[in-house]
Amino acid sequence: MNMKRYLKDARSDLLTYAGVIIAFLIISTLKSHGALNRSQSGLLVPICCYIVMAVSLNLTVGILGDLSLGHAGFMSVGAFSGVVTAMSLMNVIPSAPARLALAMLVGAVCAAIVGFLVGIPVLRLNGDYLAIVTLAFGEIIKELITCLIVGVDSEGLHVIFNVNGSKTANDLTLLDGGRIIIKGAQGATGTKTIASFTAGFILIMITLVIVQNLIRSRHGRAIMAVRDNRIAADSVGIPVTKYKMMAFVTSASLAGAAGALFGLNYSNLAAAKFDFNTSILVLVFVVLGGLGNIWGSIIATVILYILPEALRGFANYRMLIYAIVLIVVMLTTNNPVLKNYIASLRSKFSKDSEKEASAS
Amino acid sequence: MKKVFAFALVLAMVFALAVPAYADGSFKIGAQGPLTGGAAIYGNAVMNAARIAVDEINAAGGTQFEFQAQDDEADSGDKAINAYNTLMDWGMQILLGPVTSGSGITVAAQAFDERTFLLTPSGSSVDLIADKDNAFQVCFTDPNQGIASADYFAENFAGAKVGVIYRNDDAYSQGIRDTFVKEAADKGVEIVYEGTFTDATSTDFNVQLTAARDAGADLLFLPIYYTPASVILQQANQMGYKPTFFGVDGMDGILTVENFDTSLAEGVYLLTPFSADAEDARTQAFVAEYQKRYGEIPNQFAADGYDAVYIIKAALEAAGCTPDMSPEEICEAVIAVMPTLKVDGVTGEGMTWAATGEVSKAPMAIVIKDGAYVTP
Repeated sequence: MNMKRYLKDARSDLLTYAGVIIAFLIISTLKSHGALNRSQSGLLVPICCYIVMAVSLNLTVGILGDLSLGHAGFMSVGAFSGVVTAMSLMNVIPSAPARLALAMLVGAVCAAIVGFLVGIPVLRLNGDYLAIVTLAFGEIIKELITCLIVGVDSEGLHVIFNVNGSKTANDLTLLDGGRIIIKGAQGATGTKTIASFTAGFILIMITLVIVQNLIRSRHGRAIMAVRDNRIAADSVGIPVTKYKMMAFVTSASLAGAAGALFGLNYSNLAAAKFDFNTSILVLVFVVLGGLGNIWGSIIATVILYILPEALRGFANYRMLIYAIVLIVVMLTTNNPVLKNYIASLRSKFSKDSEKEASAS
Repeated sequence: MKKVFAFALVLAMVFALAVPAYADGSFKIGAQGPLTGGAAIYGNAVMNAARIAVDEINAAGGTQFEFQAQDDEADSGDKAINAYNTLMDWGMQILLGPVTSGSGITVAAQAFDERTFLLTPSGSSVDLIADKDNAFQVCFTDPNQGIASADYFAENFAGAKVGVIYRNDDAYSQGIRDTFVKEAADKGVEIVYEGTFTDATSTDFNVQLTAARDAGADLLFLPIYYTPASVILQQANQMGYKPTFFGVDGMDGILTVENFDTSLAEGVYLLTPFSADAEDARTQAFVAEYQKRYGEIPNQFAADGYDAVYIIKAALEAAGCTPDMSPEEICEAVIAVMPTLKVDGVTGEGMTWAATGEVSKAPMAIVIKDGAYVTP
């Protein structure tokens, strides 16, 4: 790789970090001065989660080039394993941030394991077939978690797998002072909410470091080679399955960490939340931000997540307007005239900044 | 750097400011429910009816309300909380909703922590009100329908031999059956037969029906949804077994089953909180106004929403609340008076509440006659 290209990549990576850090500083300053109202500050943590979801999905869809429709499944695994971890260790680890960090770690590890297991059959497939299998996986995870009943007491964790719907939380036979953590179809209830915006920011930064470094590394180039031409990559000795698995598992584990953060932000969370629609929502963020474009995923997520909330003024028409905005954005960003115009602006802008740099 | 700066500016603009205020002559009622998406029919019915009630109350003078409805898409996670937060920013003092149980459980937990009073028109899950002193219901909880049915039998079908057919892999059906059997024993209702089925065996009921007939059951209680109920009605007709059939709110919809001969449903009783054909002046006025405004007959969700506004009015007046009070103050004051209230509405006369949040009201049974619901 030539030096110029390397510098360009490094600069865009650094700009991404800088942008996220500055946005975080501005928003947390606004927040600490009470300049954000409730609905705005309530959006911060889910936005962080969805940014991590979008960036990690971009790794699978944009960098690896495999269409995954079950990303919410990994989020679900992370969410419920994270909630169980945080709730069952409530007495052992009194510090909320430490518990949150551990929960996110456990969520990431569990999702990575599931990602690995799913990856074994899935990554043998290509294109449409892979998309369908990941879609099925997302639904299976949803159904499995709907069957889970989990509680904790002084004797440890109690887990029932409620296959035929005949069991209830009472069958856990918890001792006095025990807590029910997951109640089957109703999901995690009574969760102590410990998620924070700062944790979300840190998770985004970790995600960016992992994903951007992976992309720029030798492994990342191998992954992109697999995307661009699998047969050619195979013929020059790149172990295709290994690199596919690397990208897929990394993506799954980051989604798991995001899920844990999301799960610990709401006192009640049902498995049905992480359905096909959520997977598609994240995919829309990725596609709109540009496949393979990390910076684009972040901005698209922020705008598209805020949009339905900002459109509340339109009452019943808001989802209609949201859909229209989506269509318009998709059309305009793919319009060749506009694309050329933006590209010309860009080159002008970078010339300007080069001049500034050389002048100073 | 310019790019970053521009991005920061955009963010700052998106996050524009708003501060809630609690002092002008009217209470702010916020309502949330699904206004878009698959469950929108429920949310919109509640909001439409609630608007009628608010307009009526405001026109009558006295307590004045401002009303705002927000969409939660029947989501049980972030969107439910987003809608709730939006309402709180607006200055909501009391919450009417959420309309669906899933959103309700999430929002009720948050409202409990923040001390906001909420009255759900139609969230029937027990978990919505469990362990929360600030959450109250207008509709029956699922198991309470069993109690109401047994009470109705004791009063109106004295001496009947009752058979029960229920689905034992469904929490709804099992829950109603459990409380029904318990209450029936207390009230002296004789149960001569109990038959079960599961989702997998919900297409053939000949065994259960034969056993029920042999046991001499002349009243068949069906705490199940209308699809298997339609099969039972058909097969009972084929074998010439003609008991009185009695369903609960899951039976609502029996007349809409495809390829079902609705004449078989003639004479079927069902327990529903609301019948648009009821002849009392209150219901008729409500139905007429709803039809005039929205061009359709209100369903039971609309009726629940309409009653909810009047219940909130009665509670605020009984607690002596004033529009300048904060949501926390109103919450504590209203919680204290809820168990002492008695409200007449279109979904029941003399509704009262337990401190747990459960409603107690006379069950309204209706019977199907000439393809329509009428009060027996």
